[in-house]
Amino acid sequence: MIQLIAFYLFATVVIASGTLTIMARNPVHSVLWLILAFFNGAGLMVLAGAEFIAMLLVIVYVGAVAVLFLFVVMMLDIDFSELRAGFIKNFPLGMLLAIVLFVELFVGLVARSAGHLVLGKADGSGAPLAGKSNIEAIGALLYSRYLFLFEAAGIVLLVAMIGAIVLTHRQRSDTRGQNVGRQIARRPDEATVNVKPEVGKGVTL
Amino acid sequence: MIGIEHYVVVSSLLFVLGVLGIFLNRKNVIVILMAIELILLAVNINLVAFSAALGDLTGQVFAMFVLTVAAGEAAVGLAILVTYFRDRGTIAVDDINRMKG
Repeated sequence: MIQLIAFYLFATVVIASGTLTIMARNPVHSVLWLILAFFNGAGLMVLAGAEFIAMLLVIVYVGAVAVLFLFVVMMLDIDFSELRAGFIKNFPLGMLLAIVLFVELFVGLVARSAGHLVLGKADGSGAPLAGKSNIEAIGALLYSRYLFLFEAAGIVLLVAMIGAIVLTHRQRSDTRGQNVGRQIARRPDEATVNVKPEVGKGVTL
Repeated sequence: MIGIEHYVVVSSLLFVLGVLGIFLNRKNVIVILMAIELILLAVNINLVAFSAALGDLTGQVFAMFVLTVAAGEAAVGLAILVTYFRDRGTIAVDDINRMKG
């Protein structure tokens, strides 16, 4: 019973916050609704028994991606009302397309439950769920059969990081950076000078 | 009783919402990126649901890779957005025709 309530709660909130993400006037509100959608998506995944992916979703999406979105939205000084100009005009076409797409997906679902095509064997014999905890099983699978894919994912992240840095890095001419070579080459005898000022004459700097 | 169909309906609704978001906010590239994140969330929910239903962990591993690619995509997309804004002072997508594509 509690699973039923939890599922319908998470499902309702995830759909509602998804709707508000695309409908909100202010993009900051959009990001906040997106965060709520991710939390509830993670809740759905916990219900399905995938704790690791759910926690990853919270950490990676809410902790990193959503904050990045928030940062960019707040940093750029944009008149967002001007960007909403085509909203009403695009509404009928978008709605039509959305309905068509949903009906297609739904037909696929109905066809699946009517007796789906058997394209391959997915009886869980390849990567069984049972026995160990979720994270232990995923770790065992990830570091054995999917090791190279896992490393490829690391390369994807590395390339994304380097790409983002290269794209946003800006050479500024008006800053005075540290010149390590000059600092090291500097000797005490050329940096300081010994003077003997006379009384009442002042000093020249 | 919650079955795989419930999960598939939720994730297809979320997917459709993401597509609708791209259509409705044709000018605002930030919201378009957020709609893409919604689509990827829908895909992940679907993968996890089928993984649990079929008793095969491969779906969850695949969801992890989808997550990785989504994070990279968001980082690079927002970096492009920031450079574009620095250059032009706007992020209206319809004005992006410099490459005459």
